[in-house]
Amino acid sequence: MVNTIPLIVLVPLLPLLGFLIISWRSNKLQYGTTVVIACGVVLISFIFSVVLFFQLLEKPEDQRFFEVALFRWISTGTFSANLGFLVDPLSSLMLLIITGVGFLIHVYSLGYMRGDEGFNRFFSYLNLFVFFMLLLVMGSNYLIMFVGWEGVGLCSYLLIGFWFKNKDYTDAANKAFIMNRIGDLGLIIGVILVFINFGSLEYKEVFVQAGELTANNQAVTLITILLFIGAIGKSAQIPLYTWLPDAMAGPTPVSALIHAATMVTAGIYMVARNNLLYTLSPFSQHVVLIVGLATALFAATIALAQNDIKKVLAYSTVSQLGLMFVALGVGAYSSGLFHMTTHAFFKALLFLGAGSVIHGMQGEQDIRKMGGLKKYLPITYITFLAGVLAISGIPPFAGFFSKDEILSNAFAVSPFAWAIALLASLLTSFYMFRLLFLTFFGAPRAALETQHHIHESPASMTGPLILLAALSTVGGFMGVPESLLGSDRIGEFLAPVFVKSLSKSIPAPLNPATEHGLMIIILVLTVIIIGIAYVLYVRKNEVPAEEGSRLSPVHQLVYRKYFIDEIYDALIVVPLYWLSSRLDFVVEKMGIDKLVNAFGDVVVYGSSVTRRLQTGNIGFYIFAMVIGIILMLAAVSFIG
Amino acid sequence: MKTALGIPIEYYLWLCAILFTIGVLGVLYRRNAIIIFMCIELMLNAVNLLLVAFSNYYNDPSGQVFVFFIMAVAAAEVAVGLAILIMMYRNTKTIDIDILNKLKW
Repeated sequence: MVNTIPLIVLVPLLPLLGFLIISWRSNKLQYGTTVVIACGVVLISFIFSVVLFFQLLEKPEDQRFFEVALFRWISTGTFSANLGFLVDPLSSLMLLIITGVGFLIHVYSLGYMRGDEGFNRFFSYLNLFVFFMLLLVMGSNYLIMFVGWEGVGLCSYLLIGFWFKNKDYTDAANKAFIMNRIGDLGLIIGVILVFINFGSLEYKEVFVQAGELTANNQAVTLITILLFIGAIGKSAQIPLYTWLPDAMAGPTPVSALIHAATMVTAGIYMVARNNLLYTLSPFSQHVVLIVGLATALFAATIALAQNDIKKVLAYSTVSQLGLMFVALGVGAYSSGLFHMTTHAFFKALLFLGAGSVIHGMQGEQDIRKMGGLKKYLPITYITFLAGVLAISGIPPFAGFFSKDEILSNAFAVSPFAWAIALLASLLTSFYMFRLLFLTFFGAPRAALETQHHIHESPASMTGPLILLAALSTVGGFMGVPESLLGSDRIGEFLAPVFVKSLSKSIPAPLNPATEHGLMIIILVLTVIIIGIAYVLYVRKNEVPAEEGSRLSPVHQLVYRKYFIDEIYDALIVVPLYWLSSRLDFVVEKMGIDKLVNAFGDVVVYGSSVTRRLQTGNIGFYIFAMVIGIILMLAAVSFIG
Repeated sequence: MKTALGIPIEYYLWLCAILFTIGVLGVLYRRNAIIIFMCIELMLNAVNLLLVAFSNYYNDPSGQVFVFFIMAVAAAEVAVGLAILIMMYRNTKTIDIDILNKLKW
């Protein structure tokens, strides 16, 4: 038995150390040193996470967790919070994803970002992000999770606006930050309510108390709804999702790491962590389910008409996150986490593949100007194909198993929810194959000059692609459903985390025949959809219309993302600007400025009179002093 | 008859009041810095005399202790004050305090 405490402490500490070293010497460090430090710390963290994972497996199921309370962090009045870490199956899974996928993306970045003037800054932010993300998932109480939650938001902001000389990019960064802030307000009120209701912020104590509550407790409903508002912001759900597509302004590895694989899944983690509270509140579960379904479908339709390779993937991420919330909403927590895991693999892969395409195309992101890249970028093509097959749910790729699990769990609760989720995932298959066909198939549409320069990416970029493609291909075997004669290993591993929830409500299992039937329906429909995409974009060689050309009203509506950004602009941004300019004029200029200036004027006028007393004549001063003393003595004798 | 050292206490009071008033008037009327200085000493010593007289009158030695303190402080003050006067004379070639009216609005 290895002593786990130093391992647990070192896992988040190492990336922090990497950040400190790199940012301290950021002007001096050479390319090689930065790479070794930045990738090294994450790799060691990953190794430690693997060790911790196996240590956990050795333990009996009912005590499968490690707890470390380092010290009392805050203590004031009745409130106190420890700085402590909790590693249970849920955080262990997150640790593996964050450090594992994180490491691959670090390696990828050393090729992708090579030659950028902010190379060291980039890697210091990445390490800082990994630190905060680890803090988020490892904290043993809500407060540490909140610190990590805000920290990743900060890193997301810094990395979206990484190329800060471009105004659009810094605007996108601001948008992400502000949108997240709205959600975070809900989160922090939720956390405060947790403390008020349970008298503690430690997960363990809260869940012990919550286990004794009955369902439909109003306080729990309020808490879960508020916490979910935080998740809506961080995990880009309706109505706060609009920041995520804009966040694609950041470098592509950032999109892969933060805005696909890890940070945006913080909401999923948080809801899963509080699964007991959500199980106690069917109303909140319904809210989660409805928001998830709406987002999954809505974002999928937008993705159908986008022409920017990263925007398609961004809307796809929003939609897939919606699907994960569907799983959480129907109480199938481990299915949601399973899909989160496979999604981390294939979405990181797709983003990195897109990055490789962009790298090869000299920064071009518009799929209308791509086409026929198959022969120029063979490795990228093969790995991208694996990602597309995985996200479309073609067996035996990873997405098939995780998505199938979510869909059958949704069916068990409500066939209607199943139908919507199915529609969303069919749309997913369509737009992903549209993206694949437009990018890699057909005749090249790039300018001849660009065509000559298209080249496969260096090994540091293709290596992570290949590894992630392998994971996307076989990752699904973590959780093969019993109806396919497999065993749900990931579900069993995670079971201790959800044991209390499952004891409250046991989802009725589908019988194998129904499950097989559903699977066949999904598969047949998916293949038909892919066929349609093939006919449209390969046979007929359709290319999306040029910018500014006339589109049918529906197409226009979808292409312009349902004008949501414009609506938010008109409803919130414009009135807010109007209000602040009014406030500026009425309160600031007319009120506060005038008042302050009036004080100044009074003092100036008063002193212009009284300063005449300051004659410089010593005799006068002494005379005044004597008079003053006499007056004081007279006053004293009168009073006394 | 209330006395101190055989002299009625009222006499001390009158003498000290007269001495103190001379000092105040001297400070107010004279322009010569040295004379002003001497007048300040006169005021101090009027107070000292009164303290000693009452110390004897009430048979309480603390009044005389005060006087010693005042003398020590006055000596130090004289040292500083005369030094200022010398510097003033070196810079302005006069010790008329009306010349020193530069610090004003």
